[in-house]
Amino acid sequence: MNLAITLLVAIAIASVIGTVLQQNEPYNNYVMKFGPYWFEVFKSLGLFDIYGAPWFLFLLGFLLVSTSVCVYRNTPSIIKDMRHFRLDVQAKSLRAFRHKDEWAVAAAPADTAADLAKRLKEQGYRLRIKQRDDGVVLAAMKGSVSRLGYLLSHVAIVVICVGGLIDGNLPLKLAEMRGEIQAETRDIPVSQIPPQSMLPADSSSFRGSVNIPEGGRANFLFIGLRDGYLVQKLPFSIELEDFRIEHYSSGMPKSFESTILIHDEDLEEPLRRDIAVNHPLIYKGYAIYQASFSDGGSKLKLKSWSLDMPQQEPLDIDTSVNSQVRLTTPRGDYNLEVSDFKLFNIFPASENDPSGKKFHNYGPSVIYRLRAANGEAREYVNYMTPVMLDGRSFFLSGMRMSQAEDYRFLHVPLDADGGVDRFMAFLAMVRDEARVREKVRRQLTSEMGITQEDPLYEQLTGSIVGLVTTFVNDGVDAIVAQTEKTIQEEKRSDALAYYIKTIQGVLGSFYVDLLRQEGVDISAGVNDSDAAYFDDALNALSQLAPYGAPMYIKLQEFEHIEASGLQITKAPGQNIVYLGCVMLILGVFFMFYLHHRRLWLFISDQENGSMVLFAAAGHRDRSDFDKEFSFLQHDLRRRSGAI
Amino acid sequence: MSVTEQYLENEFNKAPLLKRLGLFDWIWAVLVLAGSLVAYNQYSSLMDSYEVGILFGTTAGLVLFGWLWKPMRSFSLVVAAISLSAVALYGTDLSRNETSFFLKFLISSQSAIMWMSALYVMATLAYWFALASGSAFSGRVASALTWSASTMGSVGLMVRWRESYLISHDVGHIPVSNLYEVFILFAIITALLYLHYERRYNNRAMGAFALTVISGAVGFLLWYTFERGAHEIQPLVPALQSYWMKIHVPANFVGYGAFALAAMLGLAYLLVERNPKGLLARRLPSLEQLDDIMYKAIALGFAFFTVATVLGAMWAAEAWGGYWSWDPKETWALIVWLNYAAWLHLRMTKGWRGGPLAWWAIVGLFVTLFAFVGVNMFLSGLHSYGQL
Ligand code: HEM
Repeated sequence: MNLAITLLVAIAIASVIGTVLQQNEPYNNYVMKFGPYWFEVFKSLGLFDIYGAPWFLFLLGFLLVSTSVCVYRNTPSIIKDMRHFRLDVQAKSLRAFRHKDEWAVAAAPADTAADLAKRLKEQGYRLRIKQRDDGVVLAAMKGSVSRLGYLLSHVAIVVICVGGLIDGNLPLKLAEMRGEIQAETRDIPVSQIPPQSMLPADSSSFRGSVNIPEGGRANFLFIGLRDGYLVQKLPFSIELEDFRIEHYSSGMPKSFESTILIHDEDLEEPLRRDIAVNHPLIYKGYAIYQASFSDGGSKLKLKSWSLDMPQQEPLDIDTSVNSQVRLTTPRGDYNLEVSDFKLFNIFPASENDPSGKKFHNYGPSVIYRLRAANGEAREYVNYMTPVMLDGRSFFLSGMRMSQAEDYRFLHVPLDADGGVDRFMAFLAMVRDEARVREKVRRQLTSEMGITQEDPLYEQLTGSIVGLVTTFVNDGVDAIVAQTEKTIQEEKRSDALAYYIKTIQGVLGSFYVDLLRQEGVDISAGVNDSDAAYFDDALNALSQLAPYGAPMYIKLQEFEHIEASGLQITKAPGQNIVYLGCVMLILGVFFMFYLHHRRLWLFISDQENGSMVLFAAAGHRDRSDFDKEFSFLQHDLRRRSGAI
Repeated sequence: MSVTEQYLENEFNKAPLLKRLGLFDWIWAVLVLAGSLVAYNQYSSLMDSYEVGILFGTTAGLVLFGWLWKPMRSFSLVVAAISLSAVALYGTDLSRNETSFFLKFLISSQSAIMWMSALYVMATLAYWFALASGSAFSGRVASALTWSASTMGSVGLMVRWRESYLISHDVGHIPVSNLYEVFILFAIITALLYLHYERRYNNRAMGAFALTVISGAVGFLLWYTFERGAHEIQPLVPALQSYWMKIHVPANFVGYGAFALAAMLGLAYLLVERNPKGLLARRLPSLEQLDDIMYKAIALGFAFFTVATVLGAMWAAEAWGGYWSWDPKETWALIVWLNYAAWLHLRMTKGWRGGPLAWWAIVGLFVTLFAFVGVNMFLSGLHSYGQL
């Protein structure tokens, strides 16, 4: 029995590891976490898939065997114990009991026996009476089912383990060891999956998942194995007719469900069913669950403005989620990888939100990565609809280097007709160095009266143009950095103010040109909104450098396509396990709430009456049994009229 | 405890249950049944067949429970009465908890739970005082406090249930869905279990220990409320929207409660054992009895925990597509279960008693605590509802 206890504790401890260490993650996550050395050590110990590790399975197997053995060893004695009343006990062995009593009564043995037998029956005892030549023996017992409890609960352990084994992925592991199958680690279409990563449709048990886009159809699913996956064929195919999702006002999913069609040659017409979380469909022993949801390749129309050559016509891009587009830019080729589309983005609203709403919906967004030729990528999120910030609207586009960071946002101001054309036109002007030089020259002469002849003329032009281009290309931070390099502490702030003023002067006059081109009447000066626009534009300008993309992309139109994540399992062992569970529960309750007790009355003849010898034995919890015994003692004495 | 003949009479000379029932027992049964029927024709439109099953299963269970443990009858009736008056005061307007005096200060779920917390702490102090001073009176006060704390706690849960529906229909759910709510459940169940043993062994000294662990839970609850605003009623994620929650979670907490109680009795046992002549030894039940109660608590806990784990597996099979996924919470349930299975083996097959098992029961409490709180705090998985 020490064995049993040791096993129980050992399994408990082993199980802890698997909960502390995230199981079955991609291997390089582990490498990053533990470094190559410990990765290898842990891998060889099977710590990344501990519940499938040989040594863990061995422990379970051992529990299985030892429990069986122990049941096998205990059963006969327990059955015997339950059935035999032991009518052949000797008086002297009864006297040796811990719980015993003896008293004389007036009645004859037979009557006393009959009388007490009746009493014990009332008390719920089963009993046998035997007339022996040395007297009457009355043997009784109660609660013998509790012994059955032991058998039930232990057989249950075996049954449960067996059921679990049937459903577990042990066969896969063995096949893998024999080299018959091999996990696929590449991300490739199912059609290209090599046969050794394919499982036949007649696999006896499995648990896998598949994402089906609306209108899509699948007759296979993916089973994760180690750091890769296998493809499990299905004997029928599933079509996703419709996917529906509802949200709480917080944006948290409230419910999601799919209408699926089962196509199977055994059906004369496809079977249409709704499935939802907690409401799976069982078809031919295959359980089909609503597990998750994701984007099913929404179709997107994007517009892309080159930030290096803003004068160019914007480029229209038709793409979809999870697909890539190659883009050639002055900075070299880029890969546009659209990774997700969100129909809405709900964030908690600020306390003093004018609308007084708890949450604020920022509308649709597209998430994409721009991968440069050298393979390094930045992630961007673009919101389709403009966002109001202190009274003015902007298009927001966030950038981050890695998942770990927060997005840093570029705020592109909306122009009069709600687009970005004015900004791009402005950008085109100020990015054109020749034009800038031209403008600076003219401003020098017209506003400061400095002419070509002036010795300072070229130098001034040069430095002002330098300032403006630095600002335009590298943002205000570059200007600050420059002053910190070139100018000593005390003069700095003045210098900076002066620089900015100069830059604003130059860019401002470009802006005025732009307004004229647009045909805005500025005879009475620039109106507030246009003035505000200018500040916002300069802001955006200096955000462009950190933004780091060669183009600005805007989401124009979309067709939202959702995908339903289904989990499909075949678990022939499930009912076996449930049977085991029922046995376990019954067994445990029997063991704890029924107590096996035996008692004997040996009634011997003696002159004018008889002698009653009473002895009893209880299985377990003594203190209770003491009480029960002393009750029976009183009761039987009284009943038999003890003298 | 003195084994009087009278005690033995009612303990063992039992007529069949139905013959033993008095008038109040039948009134009780009728009231409970009536209540369920009202609930049924009020809400049956919102219930699926399983939930109807659970409703009447609960009815039968509660009636029987009240018959077997008499105090349950008046306790439940008081809880019902207060909860219903709270529901009545609310009507259909949640904002009443600001305007109505009774709701605001007494029986809105939040106030009721605050009362529960205060009363449990007071009860703990009273029990310790009774233990130190030996004053039977303050012992009785302590019991009364514990009863009223449990009453307020139950009212708090009942009313919270209603409030969740007042927020909005799709938010409404039984309040056993996150760490905050089950902590209240835990305190109540542990208290009721203790009160049962208190009466059965008529000894109040154990209360000092039992209520200490409950006060611990209350402390956590308050921190969780004021630091994390955990008392806000949150809507349910789809996976939790199932009738299974109504049976799986409560079953689990009978287990947790019993294990916690056993651990505290284990502690009491060790203290008495260390100083057999001391004050504790004089006030607490005999070592043998403590050992026996500890066993009874663990047996009860183990039985219910087994049921709960099985129910959990069945739910998992329906929600996650597999009855066992080695999800951290699942796995820790197994660990707890294995731990107490080992405990029971030591006692029943190796005949261990007393000290070592007491120690084991105390360690068991920490294992249980981790399965209960630690998993939510430190581990993530399918089960990560009510994160801290
Ligand atoms: C894994 C879960 C297990 C549980 C929940 C469990 C539970 C129990 C319980 C509660 C008892 C006391 C019943 C009684 O004394 O009548 C018991 C007894 C016993 N168990 Fe287990 N057990 C388990 C596994 C095992 C294993 C693996 C073995 C053997 C290697 C084993 C061997 C025994 C033996 C020999 C007894 C004594 C039988 C008796 O007292 O009549 N058990 N078990």
